[in-house]
Amino acid sequence: MKRSWYASPYALWMLLFAVVPLLFVCWYAFTTPEGAFTLTNFQEFAKPRYAAVILRSLKHALYCTVLCLVIGYPTAYFLAGRGFNHTQSLVVLILLPMWMNLLLRTYAMMTLLDDNGVLNAALQAIGLPKVKVIGTEGAVVMGLVYNYLPFMVLPIYTVLKKMDYSVIEAAEDLGCNPLRVVTRVVIPMSLPGIVSGITMVFMPAVTSFAISTLLSNGKLRLAGDLIDYIFNQSSNPNRWNIGSSFSLMMLVLILISIGFLRKVDPDNEGGGLW
Amino acid sequence: MRNSRGVRTFRTVWMALVLIFLYAPILVMIALSFNASVSRSQWTGFTLDWYVKVFHDPSILGALRTTVEVAVIATVVSTVIGTLGAIGMHAMNTNMANVLINVSYLPMTTPDIVTGVSLMLMFLFAKVPLGKWTMIMAHIAFDIPYVLFSVMPKLRQMNPNLYEAALDLGCHPLKALYKVIIPEIMPGIFTGTLLAFTMSLDDFVISYFTSSDMYPNLSRIVYSSTKLGVKPTMYAVSTMMFVSILLLLVLINRRTKLEDMG
Repeated sequence: MKRSWYASPYALWMLLFAVVPLLFVCWYAFTTPEGAFTLTNFQEFAKPRYAAVILRSLKHALYCTVLCLVIGYPTAYFLAGRGFNHTQSLVVLILLPMWMNLLLRTYAMMTLLDDNGVLNAALQAIGLPKVKVIGTEGAVVMGLVYNYLPFMVLPIYTVLKKMDYSVIEAAEDLGCNPLRVVTRVVIPMSLPGIVSGITMVFMPAVTSFAISTLLSNGKLRLAGDLIDYIFNQSSNPNRWNIGSSFSLMMLVLILISIGFLRKVDPDNEGGGLW
Repeated sequence: MRNSRGVRTFRTVWMALVLIFLYAPILVMIALSFNASVSRSQWTGFTLDWYVKVFHDPSILGALRTTVEVAVIATVVSTVIGTLGAIGMHAMNTNMANVLINVSYLPMTTPDIVTGVSLMLMFLFAKVPLGKWTMIMAHIAFDIPYVLFSVMPKLRQMNPNLYEAALDLGCHPLKALYKVIIPEIMPGIFTGTLLAFTMSLDDFVISYFTSSDMYPNLSRIVYSSTKLGVKPTMYAVSTMMFVSILLLLVLINRRTKLEDMG
């Protein structure tokens, strides 16, 4: 038996459980429940109640991405610099949450921000009035940032770590002030990492599921929650088809972002997940 | 970047705030799992009651069993399929291997929700009732790439002449596989196994779409419980999951880092 045959169970499994399911999504997206070709499934999303969810998802994902960049860039910059005694442990601490159950972390956030939660207890203890956080857009964006921040830090950190330190020294020697070193040298050189980070945060944020439902008491649904709703709760006889067309749109959006990323950062300098 | 005192203080404060932001919610939840009171705003003393309750609650115990069973079966199967896949692809011509490797990027780049929904559609179409086994199929599919990408580098580092030598000396190809190749790539296989197990334990979204309330895993019961108000037992469940995942991640980190050096 040739050695290449050892890959056949792999090929078979991935075909059956990774490729074929996506073909099912494509099939349902373009057909009626009777199996005839149609494009009407995609028109559903022009309806105000669906369109509103899509716009909200894009908006919240955008806020989340901007905040992650603002918080994540300095974090990555400090981690890549030579200042801390235990940099390696710090890097691990900041990146670890990336692989920790999204639901549990959101649940923890919910516990903290709840009307009768720890945050409000602390506020009352120091004599301040209670604040209502759960249910607001702020809570949702905060939950998204909380979940996806490490995905911004990692690629920027990777690029900055590889950066040639002597370039910065050259800029300083030539009379550049510290602010201009950052704006004219460090940021342009770390652009691949920034683009990578933006994609790695924006993609999961726009398709996120459960985070928003939990932090808004079900009031503010995002794209992922809408897909869940259409498949599992709506009574529409076309629900598989409509849900599939929506899933397909999400997938295409992601593929476009990845294509864009490849174009800006062809050598994958920003680094993937692994 | 010559740092003045002010810059250094700012940097330390900044990192402290980021760490507080990332870890405060988790630490608060862990603390609440030991709080005697149901209230989240009062600390009325240390207790292990919630943990005792967890181990006397048949629905939580059932979910714990499902979670562990799914993770163990998915890990074993994906380790075997992924390792054999890596060995097979290593022996192929590059074009063919590249196509097959790219298939592994598919579940890694597809949003979890789309992966979950696509599998659910296929199972429902095939009239396979959603439950433990559908969840296992799905977990194997998303675990395999982690095994593959852990084993592949080890194969590339291996001296290809070793296998040839074993064959030339009259070793049966299968025997050469487990006497020569497997021992060489064992560290990669083990890292892959750990990763697969962690990802399985950690998953919520894909499990949610490929399972049912009849056979929930732990994430699923935590999710359902959020609709029913506060339950400190769920803090205990979450704490136990957090701690196990954290330990596994630290273990993985130690291995991959050590290997980078070696």
